[in-house]
Amino acid sequence: MIRTRPTEQGVQAPPQNLTRRVLTSKQTRLGLIMLVTMILFAIIGPFLTPHSPTAVIAKPYASPGDGLLLGADSLGRDIVSRILSGGINLTWMGIAATAGGVILGTAIGLVAAFAGGIVDTLLMRVVDVLLTFPTIIMAILFISMVGPSRWILVVLVAIGLTPGMARVMRGAARPVMRREHVMWARTIGLSSRHILMREVLPSVTSPLMVEIGLRLMWSVVGLASLSFLGFGVQPPDADWGLMVSENKDGLAIQPLAVLIPAACVALFTIGGNLFAEGAARVIGRTEGARS
Amino acid sequence: MKAVEVTGLTVALDDGSVIVDDVSFSLESGQVMGLVGESGSGKSTVGLALLGFAKKGANIVGGKVVVGDVDLLSLAPNDLREARKKLIGFVPQDPATALNPAMRIGTQLTEGLIGDKKENLPRIREVLETVGLPSDDAFLRRHPQELSGGQQQRVAIAMAVAKKPKLIVFDEPTTGLDVSTQARVLEMVAQLCADNGMAAVFVSHDLAVVGTVGDLVTVMYAGKILETGTHEEVLQSAAHPYSIALLDSVPSTRQRLALVAIPGRAPAPGTKFDGCVFADRCGFVEDRCREAPPPMVATSAGGEARCIRVDHVRKNRTGQVKEPLRLVEGREEKTSVLSVRNLNASYGRSQVLYDISFDVAPGECVGVVGESGSGKTTMSRCLIGLHEDQTGGFEMNGEPLPPRLRDRSKAIKQQMQYVFQNPYGSLNPRETIATAVMVPLRHFYGDRGKAARTKAQEALERVEIPWRLADRYPAELSGGQRQRVAIARALACNPSLLICDEVTSGLDVSVQASVVELLRSLQDDGLSMIFITHNLAVVRSIGDRVVVLSQGRVVESGAVESVLNGPQHPYTRGLLADTLDVDRPDSETSDLTG
Repeated sequence: MIRTRPTEQGVQAPPQNLTRRVLTSKQTRLGLIMLVTMILFAIIGPFLTPHSPTAVIAKPYASPGDGLLLGADSLGRDIVSRILSGGINLTWMGIAATAGGVILGTAIGLVAAFAGGIVDTLLMRVVDVLLTFPTIIMAILFISMVGPSRWILVVLVAIGLTPGMARVMRGAARPVMRREHVMWARTIGLSSRHILMREVLPSVTSPLMVEIGLRLMWSVVGLASLSFLGFGVQPPDADWGLMVSENKDGLAIQPLAVLIPAACVALFTIGGNLFAEGAARVIGRTEGARS
Repeated sequence: MKAVEVTGLTVALDDGSVIVDDVSFSLESGQVMGLVGESGSGKSTVGLALLGFAKKGANIVGGKVVVGDVDLLSLAPNDLREARKKLIGFVPQDPATALNPAMRIGTQLTEGLIGDKKENLPRIREVLETVGLPSDDAFLRRHPQELSGGQQQRVAIAMAVAKKPKLIVFDEPTTGLDVSTQARVLEMVAQLCADNGMAAVFVSHDLAVVGTVGDLVTVMYAGKILETGTHEEVLQSAAHPYSIALLDSVPSTRQRLALVAIPGRAPAPGTKFDGCVFADRCGFVEDRCREAPPPMVATSAGGEARCIRVDHVRKNRTGQVKEPLRLVEGREEKTSVLSVRNLNASYGRSQVLYDISFDVAPGECVGVVGESGSGKTTMSRCLIGLHEDQTGGFEMNGEPLPPRLRDRSKAIKQQMQYVFQNPYGSLNPRETIATAVMVPLRHFYGDRGKAARTKAQEALERVEIPWRLADRYPAELSGGQRQRVAIARALACNPSLLICDEVTSGLDVSVQASVVELLRSLQDDGLSMIFITHNLAVVRSIGDRVVVLSQGRVVESGAVESVLNGPQHPYTRGLLADTLDVDRPDSETSDLTG
């Protein structure tokens, strides 16, 4: 027999305030700086290489010195050049895979939340089945069948990201479906597309932003792991994940050839994670009273 | 020796803006003071400050709070905690969150007491009996969620009372309760305080509640006390223009009065004023009001008011006695806008509505009244087509109306509009209010661009939202303004029937008054309305006919006058008896029609 008096909810800031609020936290600022630095490094790097990343110019596992700042890798190629040009593939493939996975997952999640009933059940069961496939194993399976191709990798990682994304977005959208402005839109008979795009999607931007950050990191880690396993970027192209696997045998002689690319992947993902998690926390704190 | 003495209490936010300014009062033991004010007036902040506590972001920056003979604000944190333990009880607004859901009632009740559980049990049982709850072991073993809202609130009160504090602070304890539960809880509160010799501060936004429970009434506005006195002094012969305006905006169950809203908008907490805080909205304002903050002045009725024109205001107030509004009689139209026949609705296996039938004539406002759980919201959702698990027949203007939303034509969707209870949820937070109003225009009439903007402007102006606010987001508007925008959005569709689901329940009384008056003016334009509410007084002021719902059935229906003056069904009688009314000066109540 409780009648709740609708209370003034925490100020629902328009989206432009979101960035400012998110950046008040130290953790997110640090994460953002790391992330942006690594992305810039990966994009500008290929233009700054002192040598060709594929040219053999020294003895395998040559120590630093003699014109080579960090020495040479297992085949005698310049490590500096390979690191500088090894991030770009990872970056664009990561971003493309994330975009694909996020769009597909959000669409499935919103439709499931909006339609409810049998559609919801069906979509979510399909998503559950997909969730049980580990992304990496599935990617390896497909790559072994059709051969390595960067676009197929992107699609596979995107599909791998979709189920989790769909689940999260469905969860975020369900309380929004019960909000009065969505119900109102239904009572005047607005189209489902209008309701989803104009009424629901803008209300779930906060979790969406955080998810984009997290999924980007997951796809970067996934792509780097695939390269490490030999199913991603193929030799002789430079790639951080691939470099770790190529040079792992010489770890004792030339540790830099493994440690630096590993550190690059780590900085990239840790930065992204710090940012996404910090943003999630800030959003949770300032919008927690909602829904 | 006073039981509680507060002097110069001042609370400021971290950025230095003052939200409670120089509040002083004192209470004898056994006295209850009602602290009344609208949202943002600082009343709850005062309530908390009496415990020596301020919410995060706010600090108590000055003043003294003496309870018994302890000056709370001068104590170190640990001593303060000890002092609170012995001296002060606190009853928060929402009992559902105040009680720990994982703990048994008995444990929660004994937890805060000095000594171990066994010693305290007899005292607990005694207190439970005084608050009207069972005190056996079976009850003590229950968890909070197994109790009703009223019972939970009683447990919360028992927790506060058990340690025999010198002072109890009640922070809107009855806001979430039904009228009948509320009436019983209030009666109990007054009794408890008198019997145990405890002073109490009762914070509420509801004048009727404060008038019922308080020996003293203090009116707060913008962080200041504007008027204080005994409840007769303040409620029957209010001296401050704000108190008068506030009283005028309260609807009465006894007569159909025009409600007078207070012009303007309550200042944001922490706004700075040179003169009187109410000057901008006051009908009696003079130049000198804006020059210096007015002192508290004794009024001729015996209280004190913070107004330099007290005597003038009192003299001129009598001219403002309101005439009851007359009902529009004799509507002759044969076809009703909407007729509902034998509506049954259920959630899964549990049926919530049984055989509901009623008609809405053109231009008529049908009030649907019931307590929470009576099925009134389900009923309104059935009418609009959002609730699908229903059987029954609808007719609109003589044509059969399909029950399900997806079977209804666009024309029907345009003619029937729904305004939701919660003004904070009914507008899209990421859309400006102009866009909100233009969406249906584009949908129903294909209006875009300039044509749509012109129409949106008309609709917003009809609900008195100035066009300069058009590009604001809902978060930048107050609750009342948002509700007006929601109404404007419905009006933009040019409907013939408006379904209002508790549209005023989340609003302050003065804002409620303006929304009710707005709806009444729309009704004069020929709009039919179904007004769903739990508040009989609101129905009295706006309804032509009333349908009383109880547990999913219509128990009584008829013209508002006849139902509310001579209720036939025991449920309606009980509801009327439990609904609190502000005592009005005799000049207004004497012409009560029988």
